[in-house]
Amino acid sequence: MSTSTLAAKPLSKAAQPFWRDLRLGDHLFAAFVLLVAGIVFNRYHAAMDGYEQAILAGATLALIALGWFWKSVRVFFPVAGLLALGGIALYGGDLARGQSAFWLKYALASQSAAMWMCVLFFLATLVYWGGLLRRSATLEAIASGLTWAAAGAAVVWFFVRWYEGYLIGPDIGHVPVSNLYEVFILFCLITSLMYLYYEERFATRRMGAFVLLVVSAAVGFILWYTFDRQAHEIQPLIPALQSWWMKIHVPANFVGYGSFALAAMLGVAQLLVAKGWLASRLPAYETIGEVMYRAIAVGFLFFTIATILGAMWAADAWGGYWSWDPKETWALIVWLNYAAWLHVRLVKGWRGNVLAWWAVIGLLVTTFAFLGVNMFLAGLHSYGGL
Amino acid sequence: MRFAISLLVIVAVAAIIGTVLQQNQPYPDYVFEFGDFWFQPFQWLGLFDVYHASWFLLMLAFLVVSTSVCIYRHLPGILRDIRSYREHASLKSLRAMAHHQELTLQTAPAAALEQVQLWLQQRGYRYKLHAREDGQLLAAKKGSMQRLGYLLAHSAIVVICLGGLLDGNLPLKLQTELGIKQVELRNVPQSQIPPQSRLSEGNLSFRGNINLAEGTAADVIFLNAGRGYFVQELPFSIRLKQFHIEHYSTGQPKLFASDIEVMDRATGKVTAGTVKVNHPLIVNGIAIYQSSFGDGGSHLQFAVWDWHGKSAKPVELKATSQTTQSFDWQGAPLTLEFGDFRPFNIENIGAEPQPGDMAKLLQDARQVKAQKNVKNLGPSIQFKVRDGQGQAREYLNYLAPFESEGRYYLMSGVRSEVAAPFAFVRIPLDEDFKVDGFMQLRAVLSDPNAWPVVARRMADKAEHDGAISGPFRKEFEQSVGWVLQRYSEGGFAALERFLGDRVPEDKRQAVAQTYIKLLQGAVIDAWDLSRERAGEAPLAVDEKRYRFLMDSLVAVSASFDYGSGFYLQPQSFQEVKSSGFQLTRSPGKDLVYLGSVLLVLGIFCMFYIRENRIWVWVAEGRLLMALSSNRRDALTETEFDTHRLAMAGIAGPQEDSQT
Repeated sequence: MSTSTLAAKPLSKAAQPFWRDLRLGDHLFAAFVLLVAGIVFNRYHAAMDGYEQAILAGATLALIALGWFWKSVRVFFPVAGLLALGGIALYGGDLARGQSAFWLKYALASQSAAMWMCVLFFLATLVYWGGLLRRSATLEAIASGLTWAAAGAAVVWFFVRWYEGYLIGPDIGHVPVSNLYEVFILFCLITSLMYLYYEERFATRRMGAFVLLVVSAAVGFILWYTFDRQAHEIQPLIPALQSWWMKIHVPANFVGYGSFALAAMLGVAQLLVAKGWLASRLPAYETIGEVMYRAIAVGFLFFTIATILGAMWAADAWGGYWSWDPKETWALIVWLNYAAWLHVRLVKGWRGNVLAWWAVIGLLVTTFAFLGVNMFLAGLHSYGGL
Repeated sequence: MRFAISLLVIVAVAAIIGTVLQQNQPYPDYVFEFGDFWFQPFQWLGLFDVYHASWFLLMLAFLVVSTSVCIYRHLPGILRDIRSYREHASLKSLRAMAHHQELTLQTAPAAALEQVQLWLQQRGYRYKLHAREDGQLLAAKKGSMQRLGYLLAHSAIVVICLGGLLDGNLPLKLQTELGIKQVELRNVPQSQIPPQSRLSEGNLSFRGNINLAEGTAADVIFLNAGRGYFVQELPFSIRLKQFHIEHYSTGQPKLFASDIEVMDRATGKVTAGTVKVNHPLIVNGIAIYQSSFGDGGSHLQFAVWDWHGKSAKPVELKATSQTTQSFDWQGAPLTLEFGDFRPFNIENIGAEPQPGDMAKLLQDARQVKAQKNVKNLGPSIQFKVRDGQGQAREYLNYLAPFESEGRYYLMSGVRSEVAAPFAFVRIPLDEDFKVDGFMQLRAVLSDPNAWPVVARRMADKAEHDGAISGPFRKEFEQSVGWVLQRYSEGGFAALERFLGDRVPEDKRQAVAQTYIKLLQGAVIDAWDLSRERAGEAPLAVDEKRYRFLMDSLVAVSASFDYGSGFYLQPQSFQEVKSSGFQLTRSPGKDLVYLGSVLLVLGIFCMFYIRENRIWVWVAEGRLLMALSSNRRDALTETEFDTHRLAMAGIAGPQEDSQT
């Protein structure tokens, strides 16, 4: 019955303050993150302004909270982070080593990591589908592992690329969330991590085949963008982007985009189940609907925060928190769309195919707000053009 | 509710129109795009400024009002709900709940009640005990803040809209409608603008622009309003000391910054500061933003060279960019309209496309360092030359030489239509990197008195080489003179025209070859002559010098399509930059931010706090537990199961152990 699959993790017997639930691993993880943040602060605090120091503190706490909330992160982030540190150490301050040192050239240089990420995501998609069609739990477990590995490669890419920017020039380095190429990898990372969370939370790997499709599509775009347009080259920041706002606005937005994309793919899966296709292989109709709702609720919260941060940034950069710029306007439309979706589900109690269709259409609206506005409409937010 | 949703949909559709149709463009652009027929209705609907159209604002106002009414209506109920434990619930209503459980109580009611209290406390519930005739009812609840979420989120929308309204241009719009204020449509000096188009410094909120050249100051800004503008007076004057621009090594801009001084008009207090993109300066609640930059009227010096006359000496000309000055050229009154002076022109020449095999592609994909091929073409000035009939041509002249295959040229672009690309004339530089050598040669080629001399020298050489002899010499000299004359009338094109008009088609090729040969020979002697005239020793023609002469022939020929009889060679400049500022006063900003905080809190409460209520009724031998939740999902089931087990434990073994 659906209840049993849903209630994979029973609530703890007695509600007690959350710190009483913390185990040794949690404390070790927190200590590790604090240590790393301390080293970062010690080495780089002179180069950071007050806001950036606050962002570092916030990110540290958020990562600890994430690790306590979702235990797998306690292993994932330290491993990926150490690999990234290894890559940085191998560079030894010389960018040219990226083309000569074996481990950099074939694994840890940012672009090598990005290529590994692409390959692993494609493989994971194939194996998830194999597992789904052959009803093989082993294949699904392998696919899950591949997805973790791909996400790890994305984390390595992120930190190593950040470092490589500074090797090109001290004024060129910046956090890699500044253009379309960089945010697409961020999108893949966030979408896959969110999926992995739900996979664990609901103890089913059967939605991976669908979610990884949208990640694969993004990977396809990344490959085209790399090979055809050389978009992977690190560009310096234009004055409009030289702001600490970018460090929080962009990631918050991509939690939103990632979860909306995830929800849309679950919408597709749910519609297939409703038609009876793959119904015996996919999770129950209600389970998919529940995950879809959760994804949209998370995405909506983050999208709201991101839009507000964007408005605050605009107040610093464009002379006003709201100028009805196409990007702002489309963000509002996306926001209204999901606000209405959540409203009818929570207040009106709607369930079923309409919401699934709506989530799919919502992704089209979101995609237009994300890509279409940059490509087709003239405006101030022209940083992510093709 | 349905009404509000339909309004929201209309707002969304209108908002989409506003993004697809570029807003606030000059009206003629719209007429051009849509034609007269559609322009009228579109304008009437306010589609060119959707977000400030009356109907759009009216809909927003309606949304605010209906949301407020909604809050007002629900507020008492929600507050009551948050406070109340619903301890008066009847047993009947508890039994009607989807999640309820009735048990036989094996222990004493008082003891059981104590255990229930302990259990619920542990689970984070607050409760109220209500003793009544039929037993004792323990009403517990958790997560009441969830109900507050609704209030927070909805009042956030009202607060944000009010803040936006405060910063919007609604008051100005009303004043315009009522005729108190009037949009200024003319292009007149700021001081002549009448009071009905001026807004006092007390204006609550505004957003306007001002462009300042280095060293200048202003105490007003201009607010765009449809086809015209308003003048907004400021409580201070703002002076641009200096504008800075920096580039990365890759050519992209790195920094735009303005050093400014702001002097308070009332107190005379001066605040100095630097305004950068992303770093506005806030003075008296008015934020000053860096919004654009440009040329603020740089001082320029030119050498004016004649394209067609006999003189090879330039005339000096002083000018200022962004200004217009009259200019008399050989008796013809002209106007020079100087436009933008640019101190650098960084062009991306682009990496050379290489045949890409797989290995090369992969290697490129691994490189994060861009292989940019950028080139700074140096300073340039753009200007128009307008004749007495009002016809104008536009020119783009570069100061620094342009290198191509080891040779150096001065570039001058010309176009007769604004949208057309510039056609460039390359003026070859001589061995001293000067334009003089070319100009001296050009003067000889344009001088009818020089042609016979050139023809004679050429004939001498030809005779010396044995190429021609006695009877043909005169004919040869005549031919050279004739070709030079034709060429001086219109360059290669004039020779071509003659060929087309006079020479039968089958012979054109051969005759053209002859002409070119004559010209190529003549230019060498013309060059010698030009050097003699300038008092310089003749030089032997080598490969490089021959290229110079051929380039000169091409340049002279191109001068006939140049459109003006002179070439303005930029010689030196003293740059004066300008900086564009946006100034805003937006008192609604804090309100909007407050609303934003409320919104996030509200959304968090609504989605992530679940409100659960539990009733436990205990009487002698009986225990009834019921649970209600605002969310009916799996977590509710789990929660209910947990409590059911706990209650069963408290109640003791059941007779028919069916739970």
